[in-house]
Amino acid sequence: MEFKDYYKTLGLSQDASQEEVKRAYRRLARKFHPDVSKEPDAENRFKEVNEAYEVLKDPEKRSAYDRLGSEWQGGQDFRPPPEWDAGFEFRGGGFTDADTAGFSDFFETLFGAGGPFRGARGAHTRGAALRGEDHHAKVLIELEDAYHGATRQIRLEMPELDPHGRVRRRPRTLQVRIPKGVTAGQHIRLAGQGAPGPGGGPAGDLYLEIAFRPHPRFEVHGRDIYSTLPVTPWEAALGGRVQAPTLGGPVDLQIPAGSQSGRKLRLKGRGLPGRTPGDQYVVLQIVTPPADTEATRRFYEQMARTFSFDPRTGQGG
Amino acid sequence: MSGREPITLSGWVLDEESTVGLGELCRAACVSAELLLDMVQEGLLEPQGGESPADWRFPATALTRVWVVVRLQRDLQVNLAGAALALDLIEELNTLRERVRALEHQLRPDPD
Repeated sequence: MEFKDYYKTLGLSQDASQEEVKRAYRRLARKFHPDVSKEPDAENRFKEVNEAYEVLKDPEKRSAYDRLGSEWQGGQDFRPPPEWDAGFEFRGGGFTDADTAGFSDFFETLFGAGGPFRGARGAHTRGAALRGEDHHAKVLIELEDAYHGATRQIRLEMPELDPHGRVRRRPRTLQVRIPKGVTAGQHIRLAGQGAPGPGGGPAGDLYLEIAFRPHPRFEVHGRDIYSTLPVTPWEAALGGRVQAPTLGGPVDLQIPAGSQSGRKLRLKGRGLPGRTPGDQYVVLQIVTPPADTEATRRFYEQMARTFSFDPRTGQGG
Repeated sequence: MSGREPITLSGWVLDEESTVGLGELCRAACVSAELLLDMVQEGLLEPQGGESPADWRFPATALTRVWVVVRLQRDLQVNLAGAALALDLIEELNTLRERVRALEHQLRPDPD
């Protein structure tokens, strides 16, 4: 198992005061809080910060951790020395009040259930006493699945307690119906798919938060879809009918004469379905053909002579 | 609770159109009715349906707001007013991020 450098995680030196530990934690918790942060990997960073704080905020855990010695480096292979926790007096447990389900093996071994620091794990008795906990998971789906509706297999890792009271992650696969018209950020509740109820009580629910995999062609904004459509200069200038891709397949689109790059055309109701279906916005992008032959070069030169056109007029350049 | 079951699970989408009562929201969010009443007082939740809490109906999306408030309270020790402010800012931030993504998409040349 890897050694965890909790001081490094919080950006502190070993002689940091308890006040400094708290301040560093508060700052990093705000920075990486998954509800607020869009830092890549915020969720894992938040867990690491919480794990480090869980140990360093508690003088007893901290001094036990410090006793491991300062020669350890984060990521080094670590085995706890025998009797590492001998000679400490501990309060009656219940220290680990954070949700430790996502903490590292390193934490579990030193401070988790089964060790001297084991606390009353069910301390946060939320909701009905015998109902299992609700679980949450974010799932990535294809935009097409939200447009058409689909049945998809999703793989999840479910935290559960082993017979020794340690948290283990058990992989499981669920086959889930993705309802037509679901949008990013919405949750799907799967009744009874959360943690089993202790003592045979009803299981909790599983909430799946929907997120879309990035799409090569479409961008989503609520139920509206944005796409870019390349057009030729003559299609833009003279107008014409072209085919535009939509989630429901290609549709005919009338390009108005005199269009410029960036012109936004609305395809009503071609966004994600719903009581009020979204629209698709097609943004025109004029692509000029290359002047790579004698004939095409001459044609461009003729255009330059024919048009008295300066797109930079009024720019002061 | 077995690992690989071929049964297809159909869930309930928490959207603006489906609504829940106070009791159901308490149960689903695993919070006390008092906290929800405080959240209504703070303007964090806007129930429809009637004056009496027994007649209140919340959009199902209220559940996700309650979760965020509970997490912010637990993890960052903010009070309800602070959570309300954070929630408004988070929503505004998400809207802006979506706008930025959409605008960046418009500036980007088509992949084909």
